Amino acid sequence: MSRSEALVSADWVAENLNTPGVVLVEVDEDTSAYDGGHIAGAVKLDWKTDLQDPVVRDFVSKQQFETLLSARGISNDDTVVLYGGNNNWFAAYAYWYFKLYGHQDVKLLDGGRKKWELEGRELSKDEVSRPSTRYTAKDQDSSIRAFREETIDAIGKKNLVDVRSPDEFSGKLLAPAHLPQEQSQRAGHIPTAINIPWSKTANEDGTFKSNDEIRALYAEEGLDESKQTIAYCRIGERSSHTWFALHELLDYPDVKNYDGSWTEYGSLVGAPIEKDV
Amino acid sequence: MCGTPAQTPTLPAHIDIEKETVIYGVVTKDGDPVPGAYVRLLDSSGEFTAEVVTSATGDYRFFAAPGSWTLSVLHNSGAVRSPVKATGPGLVEVPLALA
Repeated sequence: MSRSEALVSADWVAENLNTPGVVLVEVDEDTSAYDGGHIAGAVKLDWKTDLQDPVVRDFVSKQQFETLLSARGISNDDTVVLYGGNNNWFAAYAYWYFKLYGHQDVKLLDGGRKKWELEGRELSKDEVSRPSTRYTAKDQDSSIRAFREETIDAIGKKNLVDVRSPDEFSGKLLAPAHLPQEQSQRAGHIPTAINIPWSKTANEDGTFKSNDEIRALYAEEGLDESKQTIAYCRIGERSSHTWFALHELLDYPDVKNYDGSWTEYGSLVGAPIEKDV
Repeated sequence: MCGTPAQTPTLPAHIDIEKETVIYGVVTKDGDPVPGAYVRLLDSSGEFTAEVVTSATGDYRFFAAPGSWTLSVLHNSGAVRSPVKATGPGLVEVPLALA
């Protein structure tokens, strides 16, 4: 993967709104954003109700993913362009998720919804329906998803990149500050993890910094390019953003997202934690 | 304004403001509330901590912690930055006027 294949500009999207085979998908934490106005023709995905199993903490199954994409009118050979709020956190999560189930051609709109809005581009309230398809997914690609055992085994061996804010890393905060702070898990970070907040890879308008800037950032913060990397955050969405930067933009070969992230790790009995405050 | 109760943010019922440090307010432009503005909370080193989009009434709200913070707002009609100090848990109101 490379930057030119994985990332598209708002201009590119504006020019391809009616291109056959290009499907825009808005992915949000709060899907009322979509209902209040979305890019013309975009379908919506709710990162929780559509992409998470309603009972077990895990993703929907391969069959459920096939049913979901078929119902949304997405075909296997479509170019799926994802965008969303929260600086594309959940769109990046969906990007990683589409890759996990083997979709070939996925792209992220650089800057997401925010850049689109800041530029005063048009949003539509028209209902979008696409004819249903017969989507077939592949088995999950285990080379991009890390689980807890592998993450604990990686302590002191692989690059562990904690992409949360410095205050969450240190243990001062337990969640991003738009959420209440009372949480059940312990505060802190995984020992030997380096704290490289996702936000350092992005500009304030939500677009990614240049590949040279991102590469320099990780080098400066001590990421060892010769080692495998596992990224984590609180629930796995911000670390998808970093997974995208490392694996798709910089083309580092072995990068996994630990989607269990702090809400799992900080609740594990006996798992080692470092806390700075 | 004498006699009128202080403005308070609408908080979910389970929030304990004796424990939470709530930084909140309204984003305005020429005195009018601005919905859809992007408000960022930066920590004392200037690093991103969180971001919200203002509501239909221009309101924003963060659950922070005691300490020094900066609020930074972007909207297609303007921008503003403002430092804020939270001395302890409770409500800290910061009105933000776009320039």
